[in-house]
Amino acid sequence: MSTFASQFLQDAGRATDNSDQRRFIRTALGNYEIARDRHKGSFQDWQGARQLAAGIKWEAVNHLDKYLEQFVLKLESRGTKVHWASTGLQARETILQIVRKKKAHSIIKSKAMTSEEIHLNDALEKEGLQVVESDLGEFIVQLRHETPYHIVFPCMHLRRGEISALFQRELGSAPTNDPEELTMIARRVLRKKYITADVGITGANFAIADAGMVSITENEGNARLTAALPKTLITLIGIEKILPRLEDLALFLPMLATMGAGQQLTCYNTLYAGPRQPGESDGPEEWHVVLLDNHRTQLLADTEQRDALHCIRCGACLNVCPIFRNVGGHAYGTTYSGPIGSVITPHLRGLQDWKHLSNASSLCGACTETCPVKIDLHHHLLQNRRNAAQEKPAFLERFAYQIFSLLVTKPALWSLAKKMGRAMQPLHKIIQGTPLDPAKSWTQSRELPRLAPESFKDWWRKRR
Amino acid sequence: MSEREKILGRIREVLKAQAPPPGEALSEPDSIRSRQCLPKVGEPFDEQIVLFAQKLAELKADFQIFNSDTEMKQALVSLRDTAGWKRMARHSGPLTDVLCPVLGIPCLLTDQPYDVHDLEAADAGISECDALVAQTGSVLVTNRSAGGRALSVLPPHHVVLARREQLVADLPAAFELLKQKYGEDFPSMISFISGPSRTGDIERILVLGAHGPKKLTIFVLNTNH
Ligand code: SF4
Repeated sequence: MSTFASQFLQDAGRATDNSDQRRFIRTALGNYEIARDRHKGSFQDWQGARQLAAGIKWEAVNHLDKYLEQFVLKLESRGTKVHWASTGLQARETILQIVRKKKAHSIIKSKAMTSEEIHLNDALEKEGLQVVESDLGEFIVQLRHETPYHIVFPCMHLRRGEISALFQRELGSAPTNDPEELTMIARRVLRKKYITADVGITGANFAIADAGMVSITENEGNARLTAALPKTLITLIGIEKILPRLEDLALFLPMLATMGAGQQLTCYNTLYAGPRQPGESDGPEEWHVVLLDNHRTQLLADTEQRDALHCIRCGACLNVCPIFRNVGGHAYGTTYSGPIGSVITPHLRGLQDWKHLSNASSLCGACTETCPVKIDLHHHLLQNRRNAAQEKPAFLERFAYQIFSLLVTKPALWSLAKKMGRAMQPLHKIIQGTPLDPAKSWTQSRELPRLAPESFKDWWRKRR
Repeated sequence: MSEREKILGRIREVLKAQAPPPGEALSEPDSIRSRQCLPKVGEPFDEQIVLFAQKLAELKADFQIFNSDTEMKQALVSLRDTAGWKRMARHSGPLTDVLCPVLGIPCLLTDQPYDVHDLEAADAGISECDALVAQTGSVLVTNRSAGGRALSVLPPHHVVLARREQLVADLPAAFELLKQKYGEDFPSMISFISGPSRTGDIERILVLGAHGPKKLTIFVLNTNH
């Protein structure tokens, strides 16, 4: 077992033991589900919308070269500097160079999962820069030196009391259990940061090819401030974020909000077409857009799973996943958790190390059914299992299946096995759940069903 | 070879192998199809403005419609008095220029480069907009129509002054309007604002005014110009 796999088992075990926490997460997600269903219901044709969205993303991803070139040409024509990065390391280096050239000291960031993916904050902090996450949830997990628990709700695992204690400790604020007051504490701290930051960094939700624009979805206004106040702005985008046409957003923005947060539209949906243009009164003087590959082209090469690049990171598949709901976001040990994380992490970070996530699934298909862009998530989990086994067959599994196929193809052997099983089962009690037990991982928490005293075949023969 | 060429090269190479398209090919233009899927919006103005008002109420924004300039001025004054505005910020526009001087408090204009500390000190930011979207209760602003990037998001209260003919039915119509109005020459920032700034990050409980305005007020002038 890889160390990642045993870590996962350990962390998942610990999380599932905590039934209080599980109840807390279930309640939070229950409220989300009600709001999500209300907004889904207001669509005239939700299934039609999914079909259309899947078609648009297919068009974009399967002509990615063409749309990326179009996107970049337009961006550059308005004075945006575009950088390409094949790896996380290159993206980090590119951003560090910009920051060094600007002699920056402080950086304000708005939520970007891609920056988590390439561990950008670590790299910036090593340079001696002050980096502050401005999204409230991200700000809280940053103060806790934690990674986001969920790609949309970064601190959904924390209770107000924990947040209050954190703020008292880290910010010297007065104790309070009121979410509003807690939010205002963060607001006051962060206001100053926007105004003094030298550089702003954002992620992006969509890259619009025909208009050369970047679309950012948020509720708090922190991304808007990040893109308005600092002199230099950097936006980090995965190359798969492309949408062909501006008007595609009329569909994608409400779908993302509905599935992501249970809202009809999030509070701010903003498009950026360039740095400050002549005659404009504010905005960054320089805008750098960093396009990140980081194994995305590898996933693109897998025609069977290419549609995983359609993902708009709404987080809906996490919210409905029985595994995510019980083991939580941190047990995965990945940037992207839940079903989509289990599908893409083996592509991003190595199949053999991360194949265990394909088994962290009940294969109920809830993820596939909910996904707004119709990614065939649970089948991709099966394909990852198959690919992992083909690439590196597990000796024990193969041996077990060889025995099994021998038994079921030889009736005499099969009936002998049944007889032996019946005779031996009482003896199993002695070793059940101990290291001697070959079926330990099953039997330590479950009973094996008792074999019937007589097989159907014997019973039938007697009746005749 | 540049990184750009390398990445594009890899993409072209792997795209030689086809992935099956999901379902049938798209023949009609997408905006017609998306309109058929999205929440329904009626044709008549009266229906649309009712829907718009209802959406704004859900979003916890304030909305009022006026039959004359005078009424709107009065409402602005009472807004100033109840909230106790000491200073404000705005940009120059056909509505703001006529209506805002009545407020008579120190005012920062954001049409020219300004000091961000002055904007931060303003109690309210008053702007115009490009459109109002009935379907979602959104205000469509650009930095050209609404006094820059920060005016509509930095002060704690954002007030939007609009005219009735700025109301459009739905999101597809809003994007059509953007393309028609600006052609290829898009402003560098375009934003759909739906309600005052909010967060649910703490126990998924709604709190208004996370980083942007705590209050959003939309005044519509119901006269034909
Ligand atoms: S896979 Fe689908 S449901 Fe999951 S985050 Fe991506 S778009 Fe949302």
